[in-house]
Amino acid sequence: MGGYIKKFIENAGWPRIIIGLFLISLYVAAPFVNVRVLSSLSDTLVRVGMNGVLVLAMVPMVQSGCGLNFGLPLGIIAGLLGATVSLQFEARGLPGFGFAMLVAIPIAAVLGFMYAQILNRVKGEEMMIATYVGFSSVAVTCMAWLLLPFDSPVMIWAYGGSGLRTTISTEGFWRHVLSNFLSFGEEGGTFYFPTGMFIFFFIMIFLVWAFFRTKTGTAITAVGSNPEFARASGINVNRMRTISVMFSTVLGALGILVYEQSFGFIQLYMGPLYMAFPAVAAILLGGASVNKATMVNVIVGTFLFQGILTMTPSVINSLLQSDMSEVIRIIVSNGMILYALTRKTQVKR
Amino acid sequence: MRTNDAAARRYGFGDALKNFLISNSVPIIFILLSAAAIPLSGFSAAYLIQEMFTRLARNSFLVLSLLIPIMAGMGLNFGMVLGAMAGQIGLILVTDWSVVGIPGLVLASLISMPIAALLGYVCGSVLNRAKGREMVTSYILGFFVNGIYQFVVLYVIGIRGMLKIPFTNAEIRIPVTNPQLVLSRGYGVRNAINLTGLRHALDNALQYDFHGGTAAAPFSINVPLSTYIVIAAFCLFILWFRRTKLGQDMRAVGQDMAIADSSGIAVERTRIIAIVMSTMLAAFGQIIFLQNIGTMNTYNSHDQTGMFSIAALLIGGATVSKASIANVFVGVALFHLMFVVSPMAGKELIGQAQLGEYFRVFVSYGIIAVALVLHAWKRNQARERERRGLRGEA
Repeated sequence: MGGYIKKFIENAGWPRIIIGLFLISLYVAAPFVNVRVLSSLSDTLVRVGMNGVLVLAMVPMVQSGCGLNFGLPLGIIAGLLGATVSLQFEARGLPGFGFAMLVAIPIAAVLGFMYAQILNRVKGEEMMIATYVGFSSVAVTCMAWLLLPFDSPVMIWAYGGSGLRTTISTEGFWRHVLSNFLSFGEEGGTFYFPTGMFIFFFIMIFLVWAFFRTKTGTAITAVGSNPEFARASGINVNRMRTISVMFSTVLGALGILVYEQSFGFIQLYMGPLYMAFPAVAAILLGGASVNKATMVNVIVGTFLFQGILTMTPSVINSLLQSDMSEVIRIIVSNGMILYALTRKTQVKR
Repeated sequence: MRTNDAAARRYGFGDALKNFLISNSVPIIFILLSAAAIPLSGFSAAYLIQEMFTRLARNSFLVLSLLIPIMAGMGLNFGMVLGAMAGQIGLILVTDWSVVGIPGLVLASLISMPIAALLGYVCGSVLNRAKGREMVTSYILGFFVNGIYQFVVLYVIGIRGMLKIPFTNAEIRIPVTNPQLVLSRGYGVRNAINLTGLRHALDNALQYDFHGGTAAAPFSINVPLSTYIVIAAFCLFILWFRRTKLGQDMRAVGQDMAIADSSGIAVERTRIIAIVMSTMLAAFGQIIFLQNIGTMNTYNSHDQTGMFSIAALLIGGATVSKASIANVFVGVALFHLMFVVSPMAGKELIGQAQLGEYFRVFVSYGIIAVALVLHAWKRNQARERERRGLRGEA
């Protein structure tokens, strides 16, 4: 028994266990401070559905050895372009949402391809460069949002008449089209379950899972675990890495669209700047390392991370009368990334 | 530079010029950009020169603090924000105790130095566990410590800090007694602190007003000599430090850790010392920076410090593995020239100041991205060449 527990702790790692226990204690404490457990649970589930695909977007790049995808904003930008174009053409409902995806995917693929060309030249330094490639692409699109010829009155600034607004409502277009598909309960009620969003999330998980069982997928995993060995067995390393980066970027684009339809707003300009960090923290919290990630890591990590994000404001605030949630979020998410970066995984390789 | 001279002798002037242009391409591009943007912005020369003198005094020290870790081969120290935070804690306390002028600055530095040293030690130890990815680790560490910093200034400092938790021990609960510092909600330090007593304390200690121009269009330029003296002293220190045993050790570690180790240098210790020094200097740099600005945003004054300093250094022509004092001054001047000029230029060019604003954000991020890519690319190519050498004739 003792040995089993020791092994479990070794496998899961201390930070993960501490955070897991912290989350459980938050749920236990919730009823005592008049926080309704059921509605906080459904809040958590909504946020899991919102962020799930963005977290999933980490997997292909981690598997191919490109490290954590700090360049997620690139995929997000493609998603935002899809969203704004669909609003420009007044595409509504589920078909409208599908149209947004159809626009976003090729853009994401092209951006991902270019992004991969950079990353293939800087092996070993991907993460820092990805961060700054993401940041600079956000800054470039900031200029694009001002200059692109959008003229739909729901999107441009009311005065001046040019340039997109910082936040655009998707109300009346495709707000909640996925969330409300086959959903249980009602929004704001005691319990609400966004079934459609979860169906989509699990379809995506299945696709990624199935992809990594194909020949290409296996080759990508091989490149990630040992590039020298992969090359010796005749795998084109750069090509595999390119595919994985494109895949990650496309998933990022789809992820932000799911996020927006649930959130109800499209956030432009500096909005996507730091969006990679919560996704990175979530997958690490789920047990992934810098060079290995599974579907279980994605699901567990998203749930733990979003659970903490939803529970800390309500529980800690009623407990301490002060809003500590932001500080806890910063410390937990960056602490998790730091832990993953400093673990000596290199030795095992 | 010596290699350049040798090249000039062997290949003639044309090649030397080409070499110079290639190795200084980044600053040259920025000089050309500014040359195009200055007339567009419509600022007068006197205004721009005054701005440059002010901004060089304000930022140089912070940027100089980046040099030592580069020497030790640890790349750009994104962890310098740790030092900035330490400096801000010193300033908060000194403002609370109402110590003004030069004594206030000295006291703030004295308080922040041990904090910075401790943070630097932590940072160095963490980076020793992440060899080969120091930059991304120090970058995330900056965010992490920012969380702890916010925790401290929000919930630990303040009359009612650590509110409902039974922490009554005065040693844990740093008592800030000056009501001006405390938020109306009763805990935490105020968002913006007016550093009235410290404002320009160093700049005004010794200054020189330069008057010129014609009677019809006179201008005067104010130069904060005392700040420049401090910066010059620090430059001399760096020049001297490079020649010491420790400085040589750092360069050896920066060249090759394995070789340094086998020649008896304590590699990990040397790396920690480099980061500790950088963090302490960054704390001091942030104090100089904020005494010039005069107000402090408790929660985000330090946010951009790291990025702006690093971008400035890179624009000055430095790389991830090589940076000189000249890079610092050229970089700060060019970066801030663009900073001042680009919103106005954007307004004149397209009618939107916001566009220039975003352009400048893009340049700060983009230059870091490009510098990192070039460095990693070159290193990978060198590695590839080495491998090919081992393979022999194919």
